[in-house]
Amino acid sequence: MSDINELYKRSIFDHNRNPRNFHAMENASHSCDGYNPLCGDKVHIYVRLDGSDTVEDVSFTGSGCAIFKASASFMTSAIKGMTQVQARETVSKFLDMVTGSSDPEPEDKSMGKLSIFQGVREFPSRVKCATLAWHALTCALDKSTDGEKASSATPDSEARKDVVSTE
Amino acid sequence: MAKVNEIDTRTWPQVDFAKIRDQFPVLASTVRGKPLAYLDNAATTQKPWAVIDRMREFDSREYATVRRGAYRFAEQATEEFEKVRGKVALFLGAGSAKEIVFTSGATMGVNLVAGSWGRKFIGQGDEIILSNLEHHANILPWQMLAQEKGAVIKVIPVNDAGELDMEEFDRLLTDRTRLVAVTHVANSIGTINPVRTICAKARAAGAVTLVDGAQAAPHMKIDVRQIGCDFYVLSAHKMYAPSGLGVLYGRKEVLEQTPPFLTGGDMIERVTFEKSTFAPPPHRFEAGTPATTQVIGLGAAIDYLDSVGMEHIERQEKKLLDYATELVSRIESVDIVGNARDKAAIISFTLADAHPHDVATILDSEGIAVRAGHHCAQPTMDRFCVPATTRASFSFYNTFEEVERLAEGIKQATELFRG
Repeated sequence: MSDINELYKRSIFDHNRNPRNFHAMENASHSCDGYNPLCGDKVHIYVRLDGSDTVEDVSFTGSGCAIFKASASFMTSAIKGMTQVQARETVSKFLDMVTGSSDPEPEDKSMGKLSIFQGVREFPSRVKCATLAWHALTCALDKSTDGEKASSATPDSEARKDVVSTE
Repeated sequence: MAKVNEIDTRTWPQVDFAKIRDQFPVLASTVRGKPLAYLDNAATTQKPWAVIDRMREFDSREYATVRRGAYRFAEQATEEFEKVRGKVALFLGAGSAKEIVFTSGATMGVNLVAGSWGRKFIGQGDEIILSNLEHHANILPWQMLAQEKGAVIKVIPVNDAGELDMEEFDRLLTDRTRLVAVTHVANSIGTINPVRTICAKARAAGAVTLVDGAQAAPHMKIDVRQIGCDFYVLSAHKMYAPSGLGVLYGRKEVLEQTPPFLTGGDMIERVTFEKSTFAPPPHRFEAGTPATTQVIGLGAAIDYLDSVGMEHIERQEKKLLDYATELVSRIESVDIVGNARDKAAIISFTLADAHPHDVATILDSEGIAVRAGHHCAQPTMDRFCVPATTRASFSFYNTFEEVERLAEGIKQATELFRG
């Protein structure tokens, strides 16, 4: 049970049952779908950037496992209020953390509550669950605000290469 | 919570299945510090020493090119290779070894039939009947063909228990039906389909039949002539033999009308730049050097299965299924997907509070290997309105204790997620 307790922290169950920012957004400036064809996890990410490129609001809808849902919930809570640049940095650090490509120091507190997902790396087949919402966020931010439709985030998209290679 | 030990298992085993377990080295593995309970046999099966040793022996002492060597050593290898074709024919109840084609797997078997027989005999407006229990491998080759030819795909619906609606099948059969392709055993939920009835009705309607036997051949006695199918496909790695190999059985008359699929070396009679003629079946369908050592491994697997006895295997797996069904269905909030009267040793289920992937991870932490997902059968998942299930699939080498560990693991998952 030790590994499993590393993966399923109490707050993951909490966010799975009561996901934060779990709703559609009508006036989003950016949005994107994420889909994992392997397990059927689906997410739609909504972002509203204000005039100074700050994440004024972010939310998600979708269905999937506890790791996916908690990860999306934590993500939206974490990046709300960040500038776009900060949000992208957080995405990058989060992906590095859960894929194990970089080892944060035990004292490194910069990830804050997000560090509870560090245990995911011990379960390579679950990494894609933890990263789906994050890739969808990147996809949303990459889309220009003039309504141009970008492709959805899937494990095959360029952005997810690092994840696929860990399977 | 009910005790798992209430069922009296003392009178169950008649063959010493505990000893059989020692014949599969992988089963002694540990994972995350726990003994491995391998319950993913519908995905792939583990190999007995008999298969591992025979392949090693062949590779170390007998390996040579088959069906093209002009020297004694290659002729001996060819004899061993072709002997397996005969064993497969007997194992499947085929009339002749010439009806046995080696492929790279069940997937390739279906693709071969769709791409050669189908492309020749299925045309605009013709109808192909599939079932709602098919693996994607028995859907997509037909869908591609139907799109190419303007043919129509019809689907036999499934009732809430996971059984085919045979009355509806009768209505779907028309004089435009060219092919009926159904699975023998549903990989996702375990239903054993009435393939004999299906093939008889299809034949009466003038349609050719293909049965996907990937999930059936390792678990029950197969007799293709009794089933009455025209084509039967299976995968070696699901029957304790190596991966990368499959078998296509084709009834002589139908196989002879089937044009080549892959072309290349060793499947010809005469080749010129203007025109070529092809070898008769089965070699017409075996272009290039075959998966030689894998075929030898399959031969050893069939000998092994024969030595245990398919009837013993079937009976033991039925006991494991009954015990698992009993224990799992007792757990509150579990919903077993697929409760067909005739069912192979597969339990697919969902939990009210936990997603199948979470359940699989909890089970994994206890050393229990199961599959979670759509099992390459999304139309079946759609039918039961679930995105995915957790699936435990048993082999005769599994134990009643492993079934109990599965039930305990599921309980643990329910408790964790109920919170």
